[in-house]
Amino acid sequence: MSLLSNLINGISLGSVYAIIALGYTMVYGIAKMLNFAHGDVIMVGAYICFFATGKFGLPFPAGVLLAMAVCTVLGVVIEKLAYRPLRQAPSLAVLITAIGVSYFLQNSALLMWKSDPKVFTNVFVFKDAAGVPQTGVSLFDGQLTVTYVAMFTVLMCVIIMAGLTLFTGKTKMGKAMRACSEDKAAAQLMGIDVNFTISMTFAIGSALAAVAGVLLCSSYQTLMPTTGSLPGIRAFTAAVFGGIGSIPGALLGGILLGIIEIFAKAFNSNISDAVVFAVLIVVLLVKPTGLLGKAVREKV
Amino acid sequence: MKQLTASRKQLMSNTVTYLIVIVSYLIIQALSTGGLVSPSIQGQLVPICAYITMAISLNLVVGFSGELSLGHAGFMSVGAFSGIITSLSLQQAIPFAPARLAAAMLVGAVCAGIAGFIVGVPVLRLQGDYLAIVTLAFGEIIKNIINILYVGVDPDGLHASIVNEASLGLAEGGKAILKGPMGATANVKLASFTAGFILVLIALTVVLNLVHSRAGRAVMALRDNRIAAESVGINVTKYKLMAFVTSAVLAGAAGALYAMNYSSIAAKKFDFNTSILVLVFVVLGGLGNIRGSIIAAAFLTVLPEFLRKLDLDQYRMLVYAIVLILVMLATNNERSKEFFAGLRRRFFGTRKGGARNG
Repeated sequence: MSLLSNLINGISLGSVYAIIALGYTMVYGIAKMLNFAHGDVIMVGAYICFFATGKFGLPFPAGVLLAMAVCTVLGVVIEKLAYRPLRQAPSLAVLITAIGVSYFLQNSALLMWKSDPKVFTNVFVFKDAAGVPQTGVSLFDGQLTVTYVAMFTVLMCVIIMAGLTLFTGKTKMGKAMRACSEDKAAAQLMGIDVNFTISMTFAIGSALAAVAGVLLCSSYQTLMPTTGSLPGIRAFTAAVFGGIGSIPGALLGGILLGIIEIFAKAFNSNISDAVVFAVLIVVLLVKPTGLLGKAVREKV
Repeated sequence: MKQLTASRKQLMSNTVTYLIVIVSYLIIQALSTGGLVSPSIQGQLVPICAYITMAISLNLVVGFSGELSLGHAGFMSVGAFSGIITSLSLQQAIPFAPARLAAAMLVGAVCAGIAGFIVGVPVLRLQGDYLAIVTLAFGEIIKNIINILYVGVDPDGLHASIVNEASLGLAEGGKAILKGPMGATANVKLASFTAGFILVLIALTVVLNLVHSRAGRAVMALRDNRIAAESVGINVTKYKLMAFVTSAVLAGAAGALYAMNYSSIAAKKFDFNTSILVLVFVVLGGLGNIRGSIIAAAFLTVLPEFLRKLDLDQYRMLVYAIVLILVMLATNNERSKEFFAGLRRRFFGTRKGGARNG
């Protein structure tokens, strides 16, 4: 039973990673940059939702929507101020800037919201037939509990994946995104506004980060200014694992990584990070394009 | 003014760098014998030397080799803990403290060098962002491993375990050196400012000589255009690895020195934040500019002390972040580059080139 329950926890955690990984993978696919600050946008989203529902008494869905709106604006502003001026710069410069942005967000959060952990209330609590509030469904005479938040996370992840696949495949904006990721100059010649398309990508990625932040904090229930950074890096690992730039790859990589992490934790909780990162290294060395990624020839 | 040849200019520049280090050492020594250095600064002298060495060594990788390493604190950590183990287990064998410190730093450097080689061989096959993220991953793995490591010493020799202190099975008179997440709690402080000064001089000599040698030019050629460099027969792996391992060796020695300044130290001190801190030194000092790294490391290590007095310490990291972004924007944006070049033309009459020569 513990095997099954680990598996379920892993899939649920992996779904959150998959949603975060989407933000990385879309930005990397189009802007060819590692947006190091993405993990901290998650944290901002979670804080916004926490304060909106806790302090201002907004209903939970309104809190999530507000968090998404704030993160969308944040993502677009970051792109405009910090990344756009460096579009032609070497990737080292862009990466260092992104690390700077990540530190900026973390330390602003530390100053504004202090370092003490906030307890995030889990709203996914429903009354059972007897009227007792339950956080999950008990199966097999209580040997296995599947929490509502886990179910909701997986459901959310599937909906987002399907929505995004449709969006990039069927809409005009999605087509523009794919064109930009193939060849920016050619896309521009075809009348696509490259800057606007990149802004849109950041907007979508950041809105998803807000959702991921709320889901992550609903399952783990603590919120600190550093909450986003490690899941951010793990999700990037997931994106690389699945093949960066590929949406199904983000789903596959996220879920596999979630499962690996939970099982490593069950084995020895101190080395779960080491295991996750070892997976990243092995994947990059054996298959540098990831599980579902396309190999790109280097041109001279 | 007489035109200097390139090599003369380089010699002058290197001499100035050495002089800055030596003169500031002499001044600080003179001031501290006169009792003019406050205790809080006195306590910072060894960390400053360690961080200067870290910055010089990271500059070799980021500035000259052009690869972003985000796990430099990992090598510092390897050096620190292997140094502690050496120093504590040789306590009876080498009673003379400076010799034990030298032994600890040497072992720290060698262990970090080995770690650098193990990490470098696979990592340097990758490029750009991937390389950065994998060095980050290695830094975290090293931290994780040291976090679960228990090492003890008794008359039979060293014992290691990853379970707990009891499973070390130490004999009578043995003692545990590393205690997992708690790290080393009973370290004997050996570090001195003079030792730090010597380490900085060694690091400076090694890096400046490497950079201005044939190998150094190969490393820089690989940074500027890997494909072109490869096509004239420069061995990519060999030279990248040379820069990476040299950098790891120096970081290991710096780590050992740093650890010897504290009576207790844990693996979590050498985390991602420390790597970023050193990166900030390198970027603010100027990529590929050794003198800049030294000044930035010294200045930014002392800065928190002053900010603490003014009660502004909480804004320090925020300011670092903003400065990091602004420096990158100012030095890499086409428009701002033109702006600065224009300013230089106006004030100095000529365009200054070769900003990347240390």
